[in-house]
Amino acid sequence: MEIEIKFTLNDRAVQVRVPPSMTTLSMLREKFDLTGGKLACGEGECGACTIKIDDRTINSCLMFAVDCDGREIQTIEGLGSVAGLEIMQQAFVDHGAIQCGYCMPGMIMQARYVVDQNAGRDPLTRDDIARGLEGNVCRCSGYTKVVDAVAAVVLEEAAL
Amino acid sequence: MSIEMKTGGLNTVFAKETVIGTRLTKPDAPDKATGKTIYINDMVLPRMLFGKILHTDRVHAKIISIDTSAAKALAGVHAVLTGDDIPLLKFGTTRDNVPLKAGKVRCIRDEVAAVAAESEEIAAAAIALIKVEYEDLPAVFSPTEALREGAPVVQEDHPDNRSLAYNFSHGDVAAAEEQSDIVVEHEFKVPYVTHCCMGPGCVIADFDSAGRLTIYSQTQYPYNYKMDLAPAVGIHPGDIRVIQPPVGGAFGSKLDVYPFEPICALLSRASGRPVKLTFSREEEFINSPTRQPAEFRIRSGVNKDGTLTFRSVDCLMNNGAYTSWGPTTPVIQMRTFTGHFRVPVVEYKGLAAYTNSVYAGSFRGYGNVQATYVTASVMDMLAEEVGMDPIAFRLKNAQNPGEVTPQGSRLDDCKLKECIEIAAAKTNFLSKHKAYIEARDKPARIKRGIGIATSIHNAGGAKIHKSDGCGTILKLDDYARATLITGASEIGQGIDAVLTQIVMEELGIPKADVTIVNNDTALGPWDVGVHASRTTFVAGNSALRAARAARKQVLDAAAKQSNVTAEEMDLRQGHVVQADNGVAIIRLDKLLRQMHFTDEPELVMVSEYFEPNSELEDKNHVGNLSATWAHGAYVAEVEVDTETGEVKVLKITAVQDVGRVINRLGIEGQMEGGISVSLGYALSEELKIQDGRVLNPNFRDYKVPTAPETPEIELHFVEGDCKASPLGSKGIAELPAIIPAPAIANAVYNAIGIRFFAPPLTPEKVARALHGALPR
Repeated sequence: MEIEIKFTLNDRAVQVRVPPSMTTLSMLREKFDLTGGKLACGEGECGACTIKIDDRTINSCLMFAVDCDGREIQTIEGLGSVAGLEIMQQAFVDHGAIQCGYCMPGMIMQARYVVDQNAGRDPLTRDDIARGLEGNVCRCSGYTKVVDAVAAVVLEEAAL
Repeated sequence: MSIEMKTGGLNTVFAKETVIGTRLTKPDAPDKATGKTIYINDMVLPRMLFGKILHTDRVHAKIISIDTSAAKALAGVHAVLTGDDIPLLKFGTTRDNVPLKAGKVRCIRDEVAAVAAESEEIAAAAIALIKVEYEDLPAVFSPTEALREGAPVVQEDHPDNRSLAYNFSHGDVAAAEEQSDIVVEHEFKVPYVTHCCMGPGCVIADFDSAGRLTIYSQTQYPYNYKMDLAPAVGIHPGDIRVIQPPVGGAFGSKLDVYPFEPICALLSRASGRPVKLTFSREEEFINSPTRQPAEFRIRSGVNKDGTLTFRSVDCLMNNGAYTSWGPTTPVIQMRTFTGHFRVPVVEYKGLAAYTNSVYAGSFRGYGNVQATYVTASVMDMLAEEVGMDPIAFRLKNAQNPGEVTPQGSRLDDCKLKECIEIAAAKTNFLSKHKAYIEARDKPARIKRGIGIATSIHNAGGAKIHKSDGCGTILKLDDYARATLITGASEIGQGIDAVLTQIVMEELGIPKADVTIVNNDTALGPWDVGVHASRTTFVAGNSALRAARAARKQVLDAAAKQSNVTAEEMDLRQGHVVQADNGVAIIRLDKLLRQMHFTDEPELVMVSEYFEPNSELEDKNHVGNLSATWAHGAYVAEVEVDTETGEVKVLKITAVQDVGRVINRLGIEGQMEGGISVSLGYALSEELKIQDGRVLNPNFRDYKVPTAPETPEIELHFVEGDCKASPLGSKGIAELPAIIPAPAIANAVYNAIGIRFFAPPLTPEKVARALHGALPR
C-alpha cells in the first residue's frame, strides 16, 4: 500500500506516493534524489540527516514520510542556490570546517536553524552555538572550526 | 617558427605571491557544503543489487548445517552464498581469515551467509529466512586465559593460541636494573575503541564478462588493496580496478580488507550484476575493526639525579579470532617505548593471543596511542619519584638533534626540547602545577589540574613495504589548466588542497585551474596509501617533483625564444615573467599552445616518483623506518568535579613540530580533529565487549565527543629546516590523536592525586576512585 502526500519541498510544491513505513530521509533520498542528508545511524543520535520542517529542525531518519503531508520542508540542497552558496555554507567552507564532510549537510542545517532561532536576541556565544549543535556528531573536525564558522555568521549577520 | 614574445598586456608586472603556508580552502568543500557530493553510500549503478550478510549469533561454534532454500526461493533474490559455495579463499595479514566461514564460527562478527537481492528490504527478508544450526564450543575471551595450557583453540593452525610476537632488546636490562637508584613497575590496560566513521561501511562490486572486477571501495590504500583483496576473491590482483568515491571518514579503519568486501565481489560474480553492500550503524559498531586493546607491564629505572636508566615493556594483545592490522601495531608502538626520551637500555616484548573476541585494525596513531598513554603517565610518576617537576625531568632526558634511538630512528632535527619549553612557557605550567597540588587538600568540590604529555611519531612515511613511495603524473593543457594525477588518497584529510597549493606555487596558476585526480587505480600511479601521517610528506614531495619538472620544461621552452635564461624566469599568475622585476614575457597558455602546435611539438606531461629516504627494519627491528620524525608536547588543563567524578577539559595547548606549514587551515583541522578523538579516548570512549559480544553498538551508549565538550584549543607550530623533505613539511596527522589523552590523565592526577592506569576516565571510574564503591 502507498499513500499519496503533498507538501512543499525546497520552495516547490511536490506530490508523491510513499509506503507508510518509509522514513522522511528515505523518501528524500529515494524519491527525490536529495542525497545530501545521510543515513549515518538511523536512530536520531548523530544528526547527519537533519532537515528543516516548518519552523524547526528534525532528524529525518525518525520521521515517517507520510507526516510530511501539508508541511514545508527544506533540505541542504534548498539552502543555497545554483547561483551560489548560502552564507552559512560559505562560512563552513572558508573556515575549513569541512573535512570528509559526511555530517556537514546536517550540521549546516542545524547551524542555520540555531542562528535563525536567535534572531532579535543577544548574539549567540560560542557556548550557545556548541550547545545548539550537540546533537550533530562530527568525527573529523573536532568542532572548533564548525563553531568558528557559525560564530562568524553570527557576527556577519549582526552587522547587516 | 618564431614566437612573438610581445603581446597585449605585457610590460605588466606580476609580484611574487606565495601560496604555501596560506589558508587555501579545500577544493571539494563547496560541493560537500551544498549536499552535492555523491559519496559511495549515495551511489546507485544501473542494474545494481543490494547485498546483505548473515552474521553469526555465536562466539565459538561448529556449523552443523545452513539451510538457504527458503531464501533462494524468495522473489527478487539473485544470489545466496555460504562458505560451502565458494572455494577456500584465505586472506588477511596472516592469511587466517576467509570471506564466508565454513564449518566453524570463531567470533560474533563471523559471516555465515550472504544474499544479493533487488532491494534492501528483500535482502533483509532473505537473510531472515536462512536457518543455521550450531553446536556451541567452549570459548576463550582474555588473552591471558587463551595462553594457558588447555585453553580452547581458536585457530586450528595455532594450537597454542599464539598469534604475532615481537621482541626487541638493547643493552643488559638486568645489569641496568641492578645499577639504578630507583626501579618501579606499573601495569596499564587500554580498551577497545572504534573509529565511528560517519559514513558506515560500504562497497560496490561489479564483475565484467571477462572476469575483471571493478570495486568501488572506501579503502585508504588502493594499490595494496588489489594485492590483499585478490586472494579473498580468488582472482589476480591485476584484474582488480579500485575506484575510490568520496568517503565519510576512515581514520585507519580502511587499511585492511574486511570480509564484507570480498563477499560483495563474490555476490557480484554469482549474480552477474553490480552489488552494493552497506553496513547499518549497529553492524558498523560490531563488524568494523577497533583500535588494538592491550595490557602493559612496564618496568622503569631512574637515578636520583633524574637520568633514565632502562625501560622494559611487556605488551599482551587480544588478537581476537582473526589477525588484521591491530596486532601489527607494535612496529610503531615499539619506537616510542624504545626511543622516546634517551633511555640507554630498552627491551620490548609484544605478543598477541587468539581469542573468541572481535579483532582490531589500525586506528589513527597505530599503536602509539597506547604506548604514549603508558610512557607519558610513567614519565610523570618517575619525575615525582625523584622529586623533579614534570618539565625539568623531561628536559633532562630529552634527546638533542642528531641522536639516534636504539632502534635506529634518526632524530636529525629533533625539536623535543623546544616543544616542551614552549608548552611550559605558554601555559605557565610550573606555577599552576605547584598551586594545584597545594589546593588538593583544600575543601573545594571542583579541583583544577594541569598535565603535560609528549610523544614521537614517524613524520616522513613509514617503510613497511619495500617501497614507501608515491607517483605523480602532471599535465598542462593548451589553456594552462593543470591536471595532477596522484597515487595519494583523499579521505577528508585535505591532500587535495595541499597538492593544489604545490601546483599553484610552482606553476603560477590559480586554484581554479588545478584539477586533482586520485580516485582510480587504472589511472593513478602507485602509492602505499593514506596512513602513517605520510601523505603530505610523500605525495607532497612527489607532486613537488612533478610540478618542478613541468616548470622546467615550460621555462626551457620560453628561454629558447627569449634573451632571458630559464634561471632568470619565474611563473606568476598565468605568465612567464622575469624573476627579478616581475615583468611579463609571455602568457603561459599562449606559450603552451606554441609549444604544442609547431613542427616539433611537445606536450607538458611529466611523471615522477618520490621514494622517501627511509629504511626497512632488519629482523631485529633496527632501521630508520621513517625519513623524518616529529615530536609534540601537549598540555591539558582540567577541572574535576570531586562529587560526580566528571572531568572537564578546559584547554589543550598543543606544541607541534611540523617542519613547515603547507596548508594552515588543513593542519589546524588535523590538529583539532585529532585532539577531539584523543579527548574521547581519555574520557568517554570504550567499546564494551563481554564474553565476545558488543554491548554498546550505538551512539547513545558509545560516547564520542560532541561540540559542548570541546575544549579551547591553542596551537603552536614549531617550524624548522627538515632536510629529509624537499617540501619542508613533516607529516603530523596522528600525533594530535596520540598525545592529549595522557596529558589529560596527568592533569587529573595533578588535580586529585589519583592516577588512572586504564582509560577512559569516565565519571563513574573517577568517582569510584575518589569515594570507593558507589551506591547502586
